[in-house]
Amino acid sequence: MGQERGIEVENLVREFRKGPRAVDGIDLRVEPGEVYGFLGPNGAGKSTTVLMLTTLLPPTSGTATVAGYDIVKEGPQVRASIGAALQEAALDPFLTGREHLHLQAALHGLSRKERRRRGQELLERVGLEEAADRRVRGYSGGMKRRLDLALALVHSPRILFLDEPTTGLDPQSRSALWAEVSRLAREDGVTVFLTTQYLEEADVLADRVGIIDRGKIVAEDTPEVLKAEIGRPSVEATPAERSERDAVVRVLSEFGEEIPAQPGAVAVRLSGGAAGLADVVRALDKENVRVANLRLDEPSLDDVFLAKTGRSLEGAGDDDEMDEAQA
Amino acid sequence: MTGSSFLTQVLALARRSTVRTMRQPAVIISALFFPMMFFSINASGLDAASKIPGFPTDSYLDFAFAFPLIQASLFGAITAGSDLARDIESGFFDRLSLTPMRPVSLLGGMLAGVVALGLLQGVVFLTIGLLMGVDISSGLGGMFVIVLLTVLVALGFGGIGAILAIRTGSVEAVESAFPLFFVAIFLSSINLPRDLIEQDWFRFIATINPISYLVEGIRSLVITGWDPQALALGFGFAGAIVIVAIGGAAASLRTRVA
Repeated sequence: MGQERGIEVENLVREFRKGPRAVDGIDLRVEPGEVYGFLGPNGAGKSTTVLMLTTLLPPTSGTATVAGYDIVKEGPQVRASIGAALQEAALDPFLTGREHLHLQAALHGLSRKERRRRGQELLERVGLEEAADRRVRGYSGGMKRRLDLALALVHSPRILFLDEPTTGLDPQSRSALWAEVSRLAREDGVTVFLTTQYLEEADVLADRVGIIDRGKIVAEDTPEVLKAEIGRPSVEATPAERSERDAVVRVLSEFGEEIPAQPGAVAVRLSGGAAGLADVVRALDKENVRVANLRLDEPSLDDVFLAKTGRSLEGAGDDDEMDEAQA
Repeated sequence: MTGSSFLTQVLALARRSTVRTMRQPAVIISALFFPMMFFSINASGLDAASKIPGFPTDSYLDFAFAFPLIQASLFGAITAGSDLARDIESGFFDRLSLTPMRPVSLLGGMLAGVVALGLLQGVVFLTIGLLMGVDISSGLGGMFVIVLLTVLVALGFGGIGAILAIRTGSVEAVESAFPLFFVAIFLSSINLPRDLIEQDWFRFIATINPISYLVEGIRSLVITGWDPQALALGFGFAGAIVIVAIGGAAASLRTRVA
């Protein structure tokens, strides 16, 4: 293929029988070599979007191209261009890690010699050399995820889809996977489409973030721009005595609008930015209001989500009836 | 990246299918043990049937020898169908679908595993049958044909298992079909020659049941020798089941893998 192409999506829709629109007319564009974080709560439409873009689920309407190929009309070309680690690490418990890699490599047309070389290279890269000849049913969740990633990379794809790759992983395995995804993007120039419900993951890995809620993209830009859009940091103060809460509210409200806070605390978005913190401290001191805790918070992607949807991302999907796994 | 050849794909998938079956001793033991157990029980418990006037042989052991072969083919088909459905449920099927693999290769790989298990079962049962005193009238050549017909039957049943797996994507659905297959075997001439079945409805069902002709094809090689009509019907029905089942499975796969 000539010029490298990323992902282009136009008005993509997926409806399920007797269900709401899982994906409701989304538009997005992922440039070659970019890490695109697709952030949203459970049931928001992330996995359904990935299934459509990887040709595993036909869209109801709309168009999308991946690596320049139409996902409906040019399925085989799309599949040859991409690697994918879907939500569940789909592995055969009776095969070893090495056997998985050899099977995948054979199906991708690698020669016998190349299969061995590529298999060993990937096992080393994901840190599974020692477990390579053990059956997968004895692997931990983190090991399965790493093997899953290695399998997605067997044929050196230019575009990689990772659907919630770190869900359920311990912090150490999560960090190792983040490091490998970063390396793939920075060193190998692989385009990565990453879905996640973890704010920190999107913040650390993604060049740009699309926030999806109830099938619609509600915000899209770099994490920095999105946070800057929300703008100002917030300050949260916890009164030393419950009786002093009203006084804290009175003082803080002079510095910005009140926002939701931890139980017992009062928080405002600082209209004057972080520099206003010193003034807040002085004002509290002047009013003789004692505080047990005072915290300055930079805007997070959760704040962005809150601002765009009126809900916090944490737990936002809990009451969502739609099960994306049914996709 | 160029796609791999059809043969490479089939071999890789057949290897996987065989390796995973061989690593499940319970599956192998069930596939070998239960048909032989039923065979032993039937042969000893129903031996008096061979005294019925018109019964084609004086050894019920010889008469019943088709049973474990047919039942084993069914076991193999259910195992293969369940494995495929499990792949669909677990997402492994999606993983394979994301490679340049041709859908028909997946079917070929799966059925190659069925054939491997069918061959193993055919050879083992033939050996045990001979040790138990089964007399194969058609001789050594007939033994090869018995194994061949057994493998063909396994292939046909495997195709039906594949259709169930692909259409439902559910291990439970495939396994729940097992009793239906089992009933279909018993509603054939598996335990008595059709002309000795007294009940009209039973004889009618046995006559329209293709399994009767598979059984009678194998049985003819054991107790009659070379019976062209029985063999033609046996291979004819087995071939037809293979064509319809594998054709149906391939069509279902094409629908599932867009």
